[in-house]
Amino acid sequence: MPRPHLYLLLALLAAAGISYFSDRIDPYYLDVIIGIGINIILAVSLNLVNGYTGQFSLGHAGFMSVGAYAAAAVSLFLGPRILGEEGGTVLQQGLMFLAALTAGGLGAALAGLGVGIPSLRLKGDYLALVTLGFGEIIRVIFQNVEDLGGALGLNGIPAYTSIFWVLAFVALAVFTVTCLVHSTYGRGFLATKDDEVASEAVGLNTTRYKIVAFVVGAFFAGAAGGLYGHFKMTITPTGFDFTKSIEIVVMVILGGMGNTLGVILAAILLTLLPEVLRPIAEYRMIIYSLLLIVLMIVRPQGLFNFRLGKAKL
Amino acid sequence: MSEFLQQLLNGLSLGAIYALIALGYTMVYGVLRFINFAHSDVFMVGAFIGYYLGRLVPENTVWGGLVVLLVAMLGCAVLGMLIEKLAYRPLRGAATLNVLITAIGVSLLLEYSGQVFFGATPRTFPAVFPSVNFTFGSLVISSNQVVVIAVAAFLMVALEFIVHRTKIGTAMRAVSLNPKAAQLVGINNDVVISFTFGLGSALAAAGGILYALNYPSIDPLMGVMPGLKAFVAAVLGGIGNIPGAALGGLLLGTVETFVNGSQWSTYKDAIAFAILIIILLFRPAGLLGKSTVEKV
Repeated sequence: MPRPHLYLLLALLAAAGISYFSDRIDPYYLDVIIGIGINIILAVSLNLVNGYTGQFSLGHAGFMSVGAYAAAAVSLFLGPRILGEEGGTVLQQGLMFLAALTAGGLGAALAGLGVGIPSLRLKGDYLALVTLGFGEIIRVIFQNVEDLGGALGLNGIPAYTSIFWVLAFVALAVFTVTCLVHSTYGRGFLATKDDEVASEAVGLNTTRYKIVAFVVGAFFAGAAGGLYGHFKMTITPTGFDFTKSIEIVVMVILGGMGNTLGVILAAILLTLLPEVLRPIAEYRMIIYSLLLIVLMIVRPQGLFNFRLGKAKL
Repeated sequence: MSEFLQQLLNGLSLGAIYALIALGYTMVYGVLRFINFAHSDVFMVGAFIGYYLGRLVPENTVWGGLVVLLVAMLGCAVLGMLIEKLAYRPLRGAATLNVLITAIGVSLLLEYSGQVFFGATPRTFPAVFPSVNFTFGSLVISSNQVVVIAVAAFLMVALEFIVHRTKIGTAMRAVSLNPKAAQLVGINNDVVISFTFGLGSALAAAGGILYALNYPSIDPLMGVMPGLKAFVAAVLGGIGNIPGAALGGLLLGTVETFVNGSQWSTYKDAIAFAILIIILLFRPAGLLGKSTVEKV
């Protein structure tokens, strides 16, 4: 068995192990850990687009919302019909949730494909703007679709999200992104980022790489959205506005673009920071924004941009 | 027909405000090549300076309104220069992305400081200018709309004069064209960039006051949506292009007002972005921008 696959298997087993003991963990900490996990999935998947492929996307929250709505729709509208009135056994619920998350991921990936094909011809700031625009358009559309709750959003989503699912998807996202980037095929992502003209000159289809990165990134954003919806049990369109996208981008940049480990650490730090600063709630966002400015000035390469071991990327 | 004219008038006065904000975005982009996300919050600060000052001057007088407008513009010019000096100048020459994140940081800082110091609840903006309605047949023109359009037109002409007829304006254009060459002919880039921020922020403050006159409910997050749309307007006209920003603002304001008056009104926030995407896909340099050839 190749080593990364072994790691994935071990991580999944560890997730199952931890979830077995989750009854003994303080529910508050459990909530924080789930929040961290969801943010890690978002940041790691955006890192594939922003960090490794060098395309600046500001619409990740839009894909997250597509996934959240698709997954919630599956378990709200299809769930009762398949599982019956009693809600089914634990195993049935688990399979249902897996189906819902997959639907969320696929829905978001489809949205990513639809957004990516026209807009990835643009570069830099313009791409950022167009992705931001698509994110906002998706939000306005959700606000106007009455079947999906309109501006009130969807309520009463079953609380399927447990620590196992979150950790499993964190492992899956990290595994997919790492393996993809380290594969022979995946060198194309880095080449696209480093020099687009040179990559095309050696025969790489850079547009295709960008779209693949976009679609894979959107898939995991959608899955994270599904986890988020089944964790909070309620979703509203305004919860996925561009402030959320910016939050994820900040994690990627603070972690060091194209550095999965750094991005994971940044996601943990930035999720914990507001929790730690909760006693001074009023000033915590001021401190957060000041930190952001100072960090960009003193450590422009990212907070955690260091290498571990022999990893060369 | 009269309804059409009425909507057109409303659209133009909204568009004039977008144009004022868009000018600041476009000028900063011209000299520094980055999206100044904090610009929309300078707009908010302008409105709040007007709010606190508006209670000190007598209501409903033209001079009172002008004093409020001028002081807010001055205050925001100083704020803009300060932001540039403290947050952006240390990053001169750094990657665009870092400057962008810093700008987002400054934007969040202003928004959350606003929520702490001004309070998050919306306030009613005082009527600093006299408010009269002029009626022509079925067409109603409020004096606020007249003020908005007159002030915006005056400021745009003044800006055009500064940029094209003064020494500092020439220097601004030189820095925008080629910063290194500008330095070689003896232009102090830092001074020019600082001046550009001051000028853009003053226009944003004017936009903030005028916006608050027409939509008299202000809160610390009021800048976010108008700011985004003004940026769209700047891109629409061709970023870095001053007449383009004015045109883009007017166009966007008008289209949005018409959409708002139609059965699609709930989609009005999406329309700006839809226009942006279409423009960028078919004419990436904007309406008045010159497309550049990429050289390898």
